[in-house]
Amino acid sequence: MSVLQALDLRRRSASTVAPPPAGKAPAVEVAKLIDVSKCIGCKACQTACLEWNQLDQPIGQTDGIYDNPRDLTPTSWTVMKFTEIEKDDNLEWLIRKDGCMHCDDPGCLKACPAPGAIVQYTNGIVDFVSENCIGCGYCVKGCPFNIPRISKVDAKAYKCTLCSDRVVVGQAPACAKACPTQAIYFGTKADMIVHAEGRITDLKSRGYKNAGLYDPKGVNGTHVMYVLHHADQPHLYAGLPDNPRISPLVGMWKGILKPLSLAAIAFAGVFGLMHYVTKGPNRVTEHDEEKAVELAGRDRP
Amino acid sequence: MTAQVDGDAKVEAPPVSRYTFAARINHWITAVSLVLLALSGLALFHPSLFFFTYLFGGGQLTRIIHPWIGVVLAVSFLGLFLRFFALNFWKREDTIWMKNLGQVINNKEEGLPELGKYNAGQKLVFWGQSILILVLLLSGVVLWDTYFADYTQIDQKRLAAVAHAFCAIAAILIWIVHVYAAIWVKGTLRAMTRGSVTGGWAWKHHRKWFRQEVGKP
Repeated sequence: MSVLQALDLRRRSASTVAPPPAGKAPAVEVAKLIDVSKCIGCKACQTACLEWNQLDQPIGQTDGIYDNPRDLTPTSWTVMKFTEIEKDDNLEWLIRKDGCMHCDDPGCLKACPAPGAIVQYTNGIVDFVSENCIGCGYCVKGCPFNIPRISKVDAKAYKCTLCSDRVVVGQAPACAKACPTQAIYFGTKADMIVHAEGRITDLKSRGYKNAGLYDPKGVNGTHVMYVLHHADQPHLYAGLPDNPRISPLVGMWKGILKPLSLAAIAFAGVFGLMHYVTKGPNRVTEHDEEKAVELAGRDRP
Repeated sequence: MTAQVDGDAKVEAPPVSRYTFAARINHWITAVSLVLLALSGLALFHPSLFFFTYLFGGGQLTRIIHPWIGVVLAVSFLGLFLRFFALNFWKREDTIWMKNLGQVINNKEEGLPELGKYNAGQKLVFWGQSILILVLLLSGVVLWDTYFADYTQIDQKRLAAVAHAFCAIAAILIWIVHVYAAIWVKGTLRAMTRGSVTGGWAWKHHRKWFRQEVGKP
């Protein structure tokens, strides 16, 4: 939503960023840990998100399932996704709080063509800066998690800010504050990993032998992590990607194609200039004009 | 050596009509839209060129205007395509011309076969731009989120983004060749400004076409 002056930038879309002032203590990387095994699907986090961010999600339709709204919207930055898994006479109800994962290697930011429309603070939070957003939708193409949504009202992109405006003053994100079962934790990334390990040990002792932490390496880890009872199959949780990474197509588009293209255009220009300088123009001579008259005469139709 | 003229010297064979008024208007609408598309497109392609958005009233407006200019170009280029495609089919002399491209580049094309209205280079420009503009139009529609966001999947959008950028750069390179050829080969530009060329120009560069025009095969 905004660039917070109190947070130093690590990355800025379509720009180069000066490193934080020398002598400043290095920023502590933060993370939100969502323990899916403790979530009861009450949607207090959704409500808290709407309230804190002053979002007005229009009343929609119910399709007879619990997901409400059905998917993320420009005004619903987090949505509980409910999945029913039936196996061996057993029903599992998997409830995952969907929203921005705050990738350490953010595809949205890499795809963004507008300088400063997407920033990553040194604490790891990825934030959209609406005033610089041009509404092109490139962030949607860059994102491996299908998170950003373009508003039909102002044609700008929106997503979870990890409550950067709360974090900067030492508060936990609104969703974490509101969660009644403490399924959402917030702290330094290192602390969250330690905490997750305890939870995973507990889950394994209760029969979830594949319990684990979702902190995908394909995007260099995320600043929103999940504790999953089935960490070997993230896709069970409403299509959470098993191995998310920035699409190679986006990598090509935003990587090698840019310098190559400008080089090719520059080469074409220089080649033309050099050709003109060395070979000179191709002129019609008087001889050619005479030949034309010779062939066709002076009085032609 | 005989004296050289630039197409408007005193010694000049009577002009030959090359493009009608309608064809010239058609061409210049295409030309202006292509330049505007290149500027606005490059602005959104490379951060170093983002300042081109100022020409269009800022980033949001650039994003809004670019596809509409694309529609103008697509319609306008279709007009050019219909006008000229029959004259751009590949002939045997075009292969010979291409094999002797070195002579052409060295301003020594005298020994080459007589040509119709277009030479092989012009034909390649024509077909190159025809194919590229078709791909640009299709991929551009996929990227036009305002109206078409819901009709394609994310992988199709990503592919469209790469294809759109790649084809746009290729089209810009062909455009550079096209414009440079008009600068290099003197007497050419007036075909698209005044609609005619001198008899000498027609005799030198497109003699077969010249023979047809003057009825002297």
